[in-house]
Amino acid sequence: MSTTTAPSASGLSAAQSVKATADRSGDLMTINMGPSHPATHGTVKFVLTLDGEMVQDVDIHIGYLHRGFEKMAEQGTWQQVLPYTDRLNYVSPMVNNVGYVMAVEKLMGITATPRAQYIRMLISEISRITDHFTGLAAGALELGGFTPFLYGVQAREGLYPIVEELTGARLTTSYTRIGGMKADLPEDYEAHVMKALDEAIDLLSKMDKLLTKNRIFYDRMIATGQLSQQDAIDSGCTGIMLRCTGVDWDLRKHQPYLKYDEMDFEVVIGHQGDNYDRYLCRVEEIKQSYKIIQQIFQKMPKGPINVDDWKVCLPPKDAVYNSIEGMIAHFKLVIDGHQVPPGEIYAAVEGGNGEVGFYAVSQGNGRPYRIHVRPPCFYAMGILKKMIVGHFLSDIVPTFDTLNMIGGEVDR
Amino acid sequence: MSQKLIDIVRAKFGDAVLGSHSTGGDATVLVVREKLVEIMTFLRDDPRSAMQQLIDVTGVDYSEFPIEFRARTSPVDAGHKSGLTSATLPRFEVVYHLLSLSLKHRLRVKVAISLEDSIVPSLSGVWLAAGFGERETWDMYGVRFEGLADHRRILLYEEFEGHPLRKDYPLRGYQPLVSLPTLSDYTDQETYR
Repeated sequence: MSTTTAPSASGLSAAQSVKATADRSGDLMTINMGPSHPATHGTVKFVLTLDGEMVQDVDIHIGYLHRGFEKMAEQGTWQQVLPYTDRLNYVSPMVNNVGYVMAVEKLMGITATPRAQYIRMLISEISRITDHFTGLAAGALELGGFTPFLYGVQAREGLYPIVEELTGARLTTSYTRIGGMKADLPEDYEAHVMKALDEAIDLLSKMDKLLTKNRIFYDRMIATGQLSQQDAIDSGCTGIMLRCTGVDWDLRKHQPYLKYDEMDFEVVIGHQGDNYDRYLCRVEEIKQSYKIIQQIFQKMPKGPINVDDWKVCLPPKDAVYNSIEGMIAHFKLVIDGHQVPPGEIYAAVEGGNGEVGFYAVSQGNGRPYRIHVRPPCFYAMGILKKMIVGHFLSDIVPTFDTLNMIGGEVDR
Repeated sequence: MSQKLIDIVRAKFGDAVLGSHSTGGDATVLVVREKLVEIMTFLRDDPRSAMQQLIDVTGVDYSEFPIEFRARTSPVDAGHKSGLTSATLPRFEVVYHLLSLSLKHRLRVKVAISLEDSIVPSLSGVWLAAGFGERETWDMYGVRFEGLADHRRILLYEEFEGHPLRKDYPLRGYQPLVSLPTLSDYTDQETYR
């Protein structure tokens, strides 16, 4: 671009653009961005063909984090798949835990107890908040905002202790079980959660003050990475990628699972499908999740967390050590696994980035025949090319960022 | 609801539907490969189905599946004109999950194909989403998609041998390492000067 005024992505007319290309014939340059680039969180490689600062073509290489999740899932029992699901979307692992057990329970035809369903909603919402904070914080950092990054990470780090209190681990939670949960909520948990959440919301408003009306941030985000509604639908985008274009679709609202139909919350939708809309959607969804968590604690019933069936949930320890039936049931579940009837099933939950779906095929014994994960980011990556070709190189950073690709989930 | 969708497809396409089930409320139709694109285009455009989204594409290798249970996942109508039964269905299945945003329902469409003739028409002309999903199915199962413009592997690298989610692919093994690119790999490209 030899013009003295800074040209915008759309400011150059087609004729000018052609002329500019003709004048510098052969000036196209191919560069690698990635696989491990400081301005992209996530391991991905863009092979870019650049005309000056403009992206002419891009080839997106994913798969750097491929670990063979689906092959590994076929080797163990149904319950042994669960720890692998933590490693899918590692910033909101508990949503994956919930999605997986929901698929298996759907195939087995069992329903979790009401209290377990409320706990599952609670952990899904906590995960959604940590997921969105990570996305917002990393996004701010990659655009040069270090302070909002620290606020975002501080908020997330304030939430991880409550996850740890609940599950014993910060990230690799494995909190759900087929037919129930690992354990009930700890004592005084509501107070701990609400304290951490209030601090997180406070930090969110600080981030909001630093970013939302910040001229530099706004200019980088507005009208970049624009996605049309038709493209978003056609390319299988879900979650924020779909909602930012104005489609009113949230699985929690429109195909409610667990007890989401009893919750009062709003589906956050954007209207122009650019990076700024996706940023605003994330901020607002954190507030909606906060609202849901408040209601969960108000409405959560008392009662058992596991279904009362020793063929589904492990018997209590005193039954295992003091009765032959309990010992047998424990042994059968651990060694043989859950006896899931033959068939196929698909269950989906609304994850941090969109629809996380599990497709399972059972051969009628304790080992899954096939487990497939439908990762939301994978299909969003399919439309990324269309969002960055024809725009500036520097626009890749906010676009890729608000897409919030999680390598563990895309590459499995 | 789930039965209604199956009835719509059956009424329109008759013999092109091999069988159907709705285990756990998931409406599923098993269709013949020749009519796949036509059926999918119909499902997308018909106002009664209105499947705006292709949510997922994947495959299943049924080679080690207990044959007596195949009717539970892939039932075939008794006396279907093709002469197939659940027990004689070919080895692979390609599985498509569809979602209607306006009518809030889902449908699973499946196609069964054999190893020797593992080609399925690509749906990339019907939904953009098919591009990535079909590339992954090729990568993992070695199923070819006729008409798919970009038919490279997606999660694995080009030097990888075999298709790892096939049941006869070993759990452990050695694969060729990725060769380092030489300078000519870059200089041969027209775009590089």
